[in-house]
Amino acid sequence: MAVSYRILTDPLVDKNPVTVNILGICSALAVTTSMSTALTMCVALTAVLAASAACISLIRHHIPTSIRIIVQITIIASLVIVADQVLQAFAFEMSQRLSVFVSLIATNCIVLGRTEAFALHNPVGPSVLDGLGNGLGYSAVLLIVAAIRELFGSGSLFGFGILPLVADGGWYQPMRLMLLAPSAFIILGLLVWAVRAARPEQAEAPEFESRKQERAVET
Amino acid sequence: MAEEDNPWQKFLDRPNTDRGKTLGVAFLVAVACGVAVSTTAVSLRPRIETNIANQRQELMAAMLATLPGIGEILTEAGADAVETMVINLDTGLVEPAMDPASFDATAVAASPETSTPLGRAEDLAGIGRRENYAQVYVLRKDGELKLVVLPVYGNGYQSTIRAYLALEPDLNTVAALTVFEQGETPGLGGRISEEAWQAQWAGKQIADESGEIAIEVVRGTGTGPFQVDGVSGASVTGNAVTDMIHFWMGPRGFAPFLDNLREGKV
Repeated sequence: MAVSYRILTDPLVDKNPVTVNILGICSALAVTTSMSTALTMCVALTAVLAASAACISLIRHHIPTSIRIIVQITIIASLVIVADQVLQAFAFEMSQRLSVFVSLIATNCIVLGRTEAFALHNPVGPSVLDGLGNGLGYSAVLLIVAAIRELFGSGSLFGFGILPLVADGGWYQPMRLMLLAPSAFIILGLLVWAVRAARPEQAEAPEFESRKQERAVET
Repeated sequence: MAEEDNPWQKFLDRPNTDRGKTLGVAFLVAVACGVAVSTTAVSLRPRIETNIANQRQELMAAMLATLPGIGEILTEAGADAVETMVINLDTGLVEPAMDPASFDATAVAASPETSTPLGRAEDLAGIGRRENYAQVYVLRKDGELKLVVLPVYGNGYQSTIRAYLALEPDLNTVAALTVFEQGETPGLGGRISEEAWQAQWAGKQIADESGEIAIEVVRGTGTGPFQVDGVSGASVTGNAVTDMIHFWMGPRGFAPFLDNLREGKV
């Protein structure tokens, strides 16, 4: 029980795929201009991740090593098409707003990374939990970024006005930068910094010593 | 043990490095994935098609509402002001036998009985066969023609581009062009779906004084009443839109119908 709990909760902060491994950045930039697109993307990714982990874990003893990547990609890509079709059928407007990014889940490194690293070597139950956990970890980061971008970029959350805009007679002048991709980079960077400041063990060893320390050593 | 005789069990028991097993697993995975994808696609297709049709209606309504002068007529007279008719493209006359309410453009275009093969030279839009009947929309006020909306389509760079072309009463000035379906490269050809690109079409002229169809999507910035700016990096899509308009405004397209409309026969 404790082990399953750790498998599910570890990827939320301690092994978060986005802030620790810096995976899935492309979609994190693209779909976070509003909460609703970010939430749809999170649900789609988490579902695909858990389902592909289950499928691959189920046949893990019979996947020949020589073709394992192709087998995994085929399964993941099929599940992505299924997810895309379901979105087009039941949330058409949302699927139009997400355009190609749902199909691009197939190339999201988190999915292949988790099936390759975990589902290929573990039973179905833990694999699904690991998939869910990583999906939720990705979702948490996306929703935080989206909340900041939508609130400051358009003064709303989930499309409901929070800050009265100047254009509607209020006082808030929206920050256009927040709707552009660079803002997502900046927010993600700050987020990684905040997480690593709170959990110093996540910080990587510096690859080079800084010049200041060198000089300090010399003198 | 009975299981050892079972060919399935034998197959699974083979080592993973075995070539036969590798091929077998690849084949089985491909079949299973194929079945899953096609089952979903087939079972969800009706829903998706309804969604696309609804979106098309919304785009059409939105296009009509934003046109200068047309939005007011619609709010005055309601949606009934728009007359839907099915026309015979060869004669250019209304086809009384076909009911606009149950007209299925896809079925008409797909059936060999209700479509005509096009010769290579005349098939500008790259559609192979052209349906014999098309559904058009005519807006009149007090018996006077205000707007005609024609459905046009053609082969783009990697998809079929479908659009509504709205013409002003002189039947030569574009009132609006709304692309309602395309699968061109996102960010390049796909930008023909953007309002900013479509807005350029308003006020452009289709044919010049000699009656020759002159409207075209050009590379870079267009000048004059016959040129529309192309999207950089999407020349093929731009040319496809040009050819599509040329075809549908030409003799195998809506020209007979527009002639009849000018002469008041429709």
